[in-house]
This record gives sequence, C-alpha cells and structure tokens, in this order.
Amino acid sequence: MTFQLFVQLLAAGVLLGGVYALISIGLTLIFGVMRIVNFAHGEFLMVGMYLSYYLVTAAHMNPYLALIVVAPGLYLFGLLVEMTVIKPTVGQSDVVQVFATVGLSIVLQAAALMAFSANVMGLNLPITNALLHLGWLTIGVPQVLAFVAAMLVAAALFAFLGRTDVGRAIRATAQDRSAAALMGIDVPAIYRLTFALGTAMTGLAGALLMPIYSVSPDVGTQFVLVAFVVVVLGGMGSVSGALVGGLLIGIVETFSGFVIDPQWKAAIYFIIFLIVLVVRPAGLFGIRGSEETAS
Amino acid sequence: MLEVRGLAAGYGENAVLFDVSFDVPEGSLTVIVGANAAGKTTTCRAISGEIETRGGTIRFGGEQIEREPSNRRVERGLVQIPEGRRLFPFMTVEENLLLGSYAHRARAARQEALDEVFTLLPRVAERRRQLAGSLSGGEQSMVAIGRGLMARPRLLVMDEPTLGLAPIFVERTFEIVAEIRKHGVTVLLVEQNVKRALSLCDRAYVLEHGQVVMQGAGEQLLGDEGLRRAYLGM
Repeated sequence: MTFQLFVQLLAAGVLLGGVYALISIGLTLIFGVMRIVNFAHGEFLMVGMYLSYYLVTAAHMNPYLALIVVAPGLYLFGLLVEMTVIKPTVGQSDVVQVFATVGLSIVLQAAALMAFSANVMGLNLPITNALLHLGWLTIGVPQVLAFVAAMLVAAALFAFLGRTDVGRAIRATAQDRSAAALMGIDVPAIYRLTFALGTAMTGLAGALLMPIYSVSPDVGTQFVLVAFVVVVLGGMGSVSGALVGGLLIGIVETFSGFVIDPQWKAAIYFIIFLIVLVVRPAGLFGIRGSEETAS
Repeated sequence: MLEVRGLAAGYGENAVLFDVSFDVPEGSLTVIVGANAAGKTTTCRAISGEIETRGGTIRFGGEQIEREPSNRRVERGLVQIPEGRRLFPFMTVEENLLLGSYAHRARAARQEALDEVFTLLPRVAERRRQLAGSLSGGEQSMVAIGRGLMARPRLLVMDEPTLGLAPIFVERTFEIVAEIRKHGVTVLLVEQNVKRALSLCDRAYVLEHGQVVMQGAGEQLLGDEGLRRAYLGM
C-alpha cells in the first residue's frame, strides 16, 4: 500500500467515522442517562433520512439547509416517542424495555414501507457528486460536510453537558438519579429532554447521510449495528467514548473494505465487538461498574 | 415548619413505618434517633419524596406536600443530605456544589452560597477541582454538607451524616451542624450517635419499629433511665 493510498483511505475512514460517531452519541446518551437500550435507534436515523429526502425533493430545499428543519422535527418526534412508548417502561424490567423498543422499530419500518414503498431512494444533486481535490488527495464534498457538521454538533453537545446547569443535571441523572432528584432536578423532564436530544442528533446524522447514501425503510438496520459496536467500544454511556469509537470504526471499516472486502464489514464489526468484550468489557472510556451507579 | 402526622411507608410488601408523628419547629435542631432498621432513613426518604407515603400527612410551612415530587419540595426549601452522601462521583467537587444550587430558588444567590460554603468548609475549597469520587469518606461528607447548603435550605434534613466517619470527622460534623443552625437554618438530624445528638438538640424523637416511642427535650431524654439502657448501654 502506497503512502498516498494510505492517506486516502485514512481520510475516507475518518470522514465516515464522524457520522458514525454522531449516530452513536445519541444512542449512548440515551443509554447513559435512562438505562434504556433503544433498539429503534436505527429507525430514528431512517426517519431523519426520509424527512431530509422529502425536504430536498418535494420542498426543494438545499440538503444542508434541511438540517435546520430535521433537527427540531426529530426533537419533537423524540419527545412524542418518549411520552407514549418509553416513559411507561422506565423502571420496568429490561424485557419490557426491549419489547417496547423492538416493537417501535418494527412499527416504524412498517409505517415507512407503507408510506414510502420499499424503493431505495437517493439524492442526485450537483452537490452530492461534488469532489474536493487537495493535491493528490480526493474526497467527496458531502463527506466533508457531514464530518464537519457532526463534529460541530458533538462539540456543541460537549459544551452543553459540561458548562450549563441543565447539562450538568443530565450528567448527574446519569450518575445517580435519586441523588439528582434531591438536588431539585426534575428527573422525568431530564429523561424527556435526553431522549429528544438523542433522537434529534440521530436524525441529524440521517440528514447528513442522505446526500451520501440512499434511504429505504430498512436502512436503519445497516447502521444500528455499527452504533452498538461503537457504543460498546467507547464505553456504554460515554459520549467521548462514542466519538472516539465512531472514528475508529470508520477507519477500520474503510481499511478492511479495501484490504479484505466491503462484504465482510459486518463480520469485522463483530470481531471487534468480541475483542472489546473480552479485553476491556467496560470499553475504552467506560469506567467499570459506572453503568451500575444509577440503580 | 415541618409537621409529620401518622406517616406510613414501606418497600414492596414490607411496611417499615406505621405511625410516625413529629414536629420540627422553625429555627430548631430536632433529632431522630433509633436503632438500625427502626425506620429512620425511610422517614427521611418519605420527607424528601424519594419514596411514596402509604398514609399520613407531611406539612411543610403549613402546606401539605406528601404527594409532591422531590424537585418541588426542594424548590420549597426542603433539602436533604442523604444517607451515604450520594455525591456524583465522576464530577468535580465544584460541579457537585453547583448541582446543589440547581433549584431556581438557589440559583440567583449561587456565588454568595459558594463563598459561604468555602468559608465554612475550607477543606472543600481546597478540593474543588478534584473528582468527588476520589476524596476520602470524611471529605466527601463535608462536600455533601456543602452541597446541601448550596440549595439555600429552609429546613436541612441530614440522614446519618456521621455514619462510617473517623472520630475527628464525627466531631467536626457536629460542630458544623451547630454552626449551620446559628446561621438560622432549621435542622432535622437523624443520628445513631445518640449521646452527642441528644446533647446538641432542642427536641428529640426515638423511633422504634416504625413508630415514635419516646419524645422530649434532648437533655430530658439523656437523663431517661430506659433510653440510656436501650441505646447508650449505660
């Protein structure tokens, strides 16, 4: 492998990883705070992609301008889902939560199938095919934009969690929800906010992927696996872990796709998944047992 | 300020409190003592709203609050330092303190409260940038007290603040309780350290098997033959 090729693959991997990170941050945030493993996470991505697709094709919006509609739209969608499906399962056994979110995933896929058909739909605009040439390095403009937007959203989330009262309240709730209530934190409201925030970030990731990939009702299943691997790799509940994990998986996928075969990417995820579980069960950034503190 | 009448509470099929009644008058230091499993912590949890009551009433400042969620009670100035401290271990001491003043009623005076806490607890000021989980038990208990004070409490409920502490920190905790009280904060102190607590308080209640079995002025209970034998082994 030449140096140029190496850099080319690395760049492609990092750019892909940025979007993986954004998808995974929503999942890990919701898990960290609410202890809910959201199996409908991939379908949230799908909803974001369809919303973006129709904003571009039917409302003739610029795909990147569409983000400012997709983010609040998915935030509201997340609020609705939390209040109707998730809230009744909080504090119930894991089985109840698994059934609720798997059920939601099936419902959303079926609804998308009825509404949009099983056709695979993609955007074909000048910007989706635009390339950026940096010397001998060539990268897609949508890939760069997706990466930059994902990193900006992640940075904004870090600032929000680290520096605001509500952000601190979210972290406090993740660490000890009954102590959080004693601080005057409205824990159910924090759950609603966190779920909606996680959903909005995933929807944003979907909208950023729309110019690169195509959408179909089952598109979420392709990405949700990556998100779970990233979350376990980074440490369940760790936002910075999801960021680093997303980038790592993006790089691994790009290199393994070139050196082995893109068809094997799911197998590669699972191998990484197993290695992490054996070598470092708490993940790269996870603290062993920290996911149990909010009992 | 706090009036508890006929309080009943429990967990699942276990009833822990049957009929607990007591008063915490404004400006007082009131103490609840009792053996392990007498229901002291359950009483605190019912007052803070961490668990639901199964009977009886809790009035704070004249208003009935036993159906209110915890966060509304904190907004009223009913603040609790829970058993075992319950700091947020992966946050700094300062972040823990700031969370103490999360309630709207406390946010406006946050800087002032922070200064007061650092003056009262200089050790906490020294540790402000450290993760709360990395402190010793004694230091953690000081942070927990500071975090409680950050909420600008009208009534501070302290659930066994000296549990598991080294003697020097036990002594320091009682000094701080006296100091807090001097600042005009009403305190409800739940303690196993019966002798020390009784000599400090205005009024005390003895809890046994989920019921108040004895009450009176601290000094009076200290002189009580039966109590001395049951709890002080003297």
